[in-house]
Amino acid sequence: MAAIFDTLQQALGAQALDATVAHSTLALRLAPTELLGTAKRLKSEFAFDLFLDVTAVDWPGQQPRFEVVYHFYSTTHHVRVRVKTRVPEEDPGVDSLVALYGSAHFMERECHDMYGIVFRGNPDLRPILLYEGFVGHPLRKDYPKEREQPLVRYRT
Amino acid sequence: MIIPSPVRPAFEASDRDDAVIVNIGPSHPATHGTLQVIAALDGEKVKRVDVHCGYLHRGFEKECEAHTWHNLIPYVDRLNYCSALINDFAYCEAVERLMDIEITPRCRYLRTLLSEYSRIADHLTCIAASLMEMGAMTAFLYLVMVRDYIYEHLAGLTGARVTYTYGRIGGLARDLPEGWLERLDEILEQYEVFVARIHGLMDRNRIFIDRTRNVGVIATADAINWGFTGPILRSTGAPRDLRKDTPYLAYGELDFEVPVGINGDNYDRYYVRMREMDESVHMIRQLMEMLPGGPINVDDRRCTFPEKHLVYSEIESLINHFKLIIDGPRVPAGEVYAAHEAPNGELGFYLVSTGDGTPYKMHVRSPSFVHMGGLARLLEGYQLADIIPTFGSVNMIGGECDR
Amino acid sequence: MAATIPIRTIPASGQPSSGRHAAFEYLSTKKDELVGWARKFSIFPYPFVTACCAMEFMAVSSTPYDTDRFGAALPRFSPRQSDLLMVVGTVTHKQAPILLKVYEQMCEPKWVMAFGVCATSGGFYQNYATLLGIDKIIPVDIYVPGCPPRPETVIDGIMRLQDKIARSKHPILTEKF
Repeated sequence: MAAIFDTLQQALGAQALDATVAHSTLALRLAPTELLGTAKRLKSEFAFDLFLDVTAVDWPGQQPRFEVVYHFYSTTHHVRVRVKTRVPEEDPGVDSLVALYGSAHFMERECHDMYGIVFRGNPDLRPILLYEGFVGHPLRKDYPKEREQPLVRYRT
Repeated sequence: MIIPSPVRPAFEASDRDDAVIVNIGPSHPATHGTLQVIAALDGEKVKRVDVHCGYLHRGFEKECEAHTWHNLIPYVDRLNYCSALINDFAYCEAVERLMDIEITPRCRYLRTLLSEYSRIADHLTCIAASLMEMGAMTAFLYLVMVRDYIYEHLAGLTGARVTYTYGRIGGLARDLPEGWLERLDEILEQYEVFVARIHGLMDRNRIFIDRTRNVGVIATADAINWGFTGPILRSTGAPRDLRKDTPYLAYGELDFEVPVGINGDNYDRYYVRMREMDESVHMIRQLMEMLPGGPINVDDRRCTFPEKHLVYSEIESLINHFKLIIDGPRVPAGEVYAAHEAPNGELGFYLVSTGDGTPYKMHVRSPSFVHMGGLARLLEGYQLADIIPTFGSVNMIGGECDR
Repeated sequence: MAATIPIRTIPASGQPSSGRHAAFEYLSTKKDELVGWARKFSIFPYPFVTACCAMEFMAVSSTPYDTDRFGAALPRFSPRQSDLLMVVGTVTHKQAPILLKVYEQMCEPKWVMAFGVCATSGGFYQNYATLLGIDKIIPVDIYVPGCPPRPETVIDGIMRLQDKIARSKHPILTEKF
């Protein structure tokens, strides 16, 4: 397992801001512009064919505010790689990976729903877990947990 | 009263003038809970499908941020509620990795045994429901009977039939009671009797084969591209299984095979699940022999509750207990992604901690949600009546899909 | 509307307060008992299944905790043909319009069972996404607590609902009779 991580660190370390191995996963921190290129290289050169997950973490005190986190798995090397980028609150946009992985469609929709991250290139960013008319992005730290937005009027 | 649709559909009736738009769900007997499939039909053939999930979104991730690492274990249980123990153990392992805790050998083997037991219960539920939706009521009754034995048996161990909350960080809630393993033996024998009957009823059944052979076919490369893992990926012929590829718990020491299918159709998914249950029984029998003695919980003050008699007599134990309950176990700052092979596929937990007793971020990579993204590939091109068996064979669990 | 138990006041004189003949009251009571008996033993549930309680619903419909013994085995998946709406599992705000639509499509007489704590009060999901109890949007006749409830609890709930149906008034010919 260490061998493939060394190869990756050498090949991708130049564009990355940071590359650490912790808990048997390689974590690469990148600038948002490097994201699509790195993902393409991971898929075509290093056989990371299974796109596991995309999610975001909200750091309200820090600039840039959102950290978008991707996980990839290689069915041949049996290892995982985590790729992280930071986007600011005013322009929370990253490139979409729908051209590389079909599974990106739904997962990017969910991340958009929950955090408001815009995935440029994803043709369909409708709400998936929430509904039309829901105002706000609930997993952001400034959305109070109990604020409900009911669709049906309550009987009294 | 006009009730607006919760999400606008991807296509309107006007773009496809020869197509009939049919809405299936979200309150439907065969959508396993809550899923809406909007299908554009040409006669009986499905031209295009729009899958809407999210009708069971219960705010799991937001809810977990407000509870301590221990207190959120009941929420984790209710993700894939058919095999709740696997969710518990996958979550506990993620936290244990972040805390750098190594669980005791007895706990390791017992977690493996219970994971396989849960896998049997999940596959029984999936097969029973999908067979019932095709009309095979007898098969449903047989399989649910075995599942009921398993539920009562686990109720004897954990106290609950369906959602157990049995895993703890650093171990398990309690040890096995007297006579539990003997009863396990009896249940496994009963299981073999009933499953032999199901094989007799279904495997060479003309109607079943006609409804499931060459329906919902997907190729391996397509499946990996669309994120399918678990029995669906294995039914296409790829022997990908986290228990073999990246062994965790005690799977490295067990002798088992990974069943794969040929075609990637519904019949293969049914058969892969039947064979996986047999492999699970084989693994449980090996684990019953291998189960060592010793403590269940690791002896680490950061996460394990002290014995009650010490809590009532010593001040250090009292304070330890108090801090663990009120603040929660202190998990060092960092992030981790840990995945287990759940009955549906790869169930991963991505945790971010800032050194506190409550999680900063808790994310579940749920296999059902990713499969719903790829469901359109399995449904388009087949007939309206094929939606039901295909959907049943994908085993979408609402709690896991929508979290 | 859900079946309600009317409160009758007994006036001091001992005569029936409605002013009708005693024989009419006797017939009316007997008719209610007969219709109540027929209705309680032929319940057609509509299982509005959402979440984990579905596992216990499946268990309670099959052996050994059979609901067929109570006449409540045959689910009817069309709201027009069913009379007991069993809301099994959590109802979220996204699902609430669908629940209301199904409830309004059911014909009288109809009863509603809130199966599980999530349907009763939202359970332990007290957040932005969950409807905190279905009685906020539809009237409920029987609440079955549990997370999920044991099959015996569900059967107890069905039996209490049957008692409620047996005790209530069933106007079939006119509004009063």
